[in-house]
Amino acid sequence: MGEVKLLGGLGFSPYVNRVEMALKLKGVEYEAIAEDLKNKSPLLLQYNPVHKKVPVLIHDGKGIAESLIIVEYIDQVWEGPSILPKDPYQRAMARFWAKFIDEKCISATWKACWSTGEEQAKSKDESVEALKFLEDEIKGKKFFGGDNIGLVDIAANFIGYWLPIISEVKGVQLLTEEDFPNLWRWANEYCSDNFVKEILPNKEALVARFKSR
Amino acid sequence: MAEKVILLDMFASMFGMRARVALAAKGVQYEYREEDLRNKSQLLLQSNPIHKKIPVLIHNGKPICESLVILQYIDEVWNQKYPLFPSHPYQRAQARFWADYIDKKLYDAGRKIWTKSGEELEAGKKEFVEILKQLESQLGDEAFFGGESFGFLDVALVTYSTWFHTYESCGGFSIGEHCPKLNQWVKRCLEIHFVSGSLPDPVKVYDFALVLRKVFGIDTS
Repeated sequence: MGEVKLLGGLGFSPYVNRVEMALKLKGVEYEAIAEDLKNKSPLLLQYNPVHKKVPVLIHDGKGIAESLIIVEYIDQVWEGPSILPKDPYQRAMARFWAKFIDEKCISATWKACWSTGEEQAKSKDESVEALKFLEDEIKGKKFFGGDNIGLVDIAANFIGYWLPIISEVKGVQLLTEEDFPNLWRWANEYCSDNFVKEILPNKEALVARFKSR
Repeated sequence: MAEKVILLDMFASMFGMRARVALAAKGVQYEYREEDLRNKSQLLLQSNPIHKKIPVLIHNGKPICESLVILQYIDEVWNQKYPLFPSHPYQRAQARFWADYIDKKLYDAGRKIWTKSGEELEAGKKEFVEILKQLESQLGDEAFFGGESFGFLDVALVTYSTWFHTYESCGGFSIGEHCPKLNQWVKRCLEIHFVSGSLPDPVKVYDFALVLRKVFGIDTS
């Protein structure tokens, strides 16, 4: 297996974290290269000229961009626990939910925390709607992937860890135990999982980062 | 068990067309159901409660939504005939990346061309051409995005070609002039029977767009 490098931010990006999760699940050794997004490296610009964003996985000299695409790539290339289900229908469902999280949940909840006035009210409503769908989906399951962490759990890392922290910093209540008991339970399960815990960024550092925005 | 495949779709949707092309490539028998998007069927609302959008593929009663998710599903289930995805993981990742790029960029730019006017229209045209040029350079000298054969990324993009006539007419420009290689690629794709057999007449797509422009109150003079 060729050399693996991960171009990541300064350790706070949930998107980079998704890739770190996948690499760890498969036990892949890699070189983590920090990236200052205000001063992008030639390496980043070379391997992701289209979007110029992190994460970028460089494997055997070839670059792969977009976190969920990288996660699927990792699942296919390396042996170890499956990140995507084997059954085509279950795979389609996993891809659907991962996309839903990216397109509807993250943008709505992020906006709800950082905007004000009308825009915030609108984003809050959108967030509640999106979180309700996730709440229904996680009912009766330990993880979105079933007994084990899978693609959707990895995709939902922002919801499980980043969102509660930002909510606390900004004083915007979104994911509460009262409103979303199942999602709340999942978030706790996810963040206290021994495996996940090890690669989540430090809470204090994240809080400090959000406070400084 | 007898397979039952239903496709909830709308004839002019470049997303729905993707499913049609893939199903035809695999020779899958299915029931096509045209949706009136101003009066969505119960089946659509039940099968896609989150987005309420087409296309929805219903395979033996189980719905699958989102065109690229559907494409991958079709390729994985009916894997005996005409594989659309490359087998090498890196090429698969590249195909997914560019399909994702198309969905993130091309639709919105194209929509500006046929629903806006003035400065917004011009901005849409500029963006649209830039995106196509990026895709054209990705194609390089290959016959198809899939290399020697028509594949996943070709399916993802060729459906937009049914809207080229609409964009050109509304925008007053020629796509072929800016992207001659891409134009050639479209012609090559249309030589494949399951592609041309699955795509609507671009003139009918334009008529549809004109009706919608009236409904949106866009000046068509």
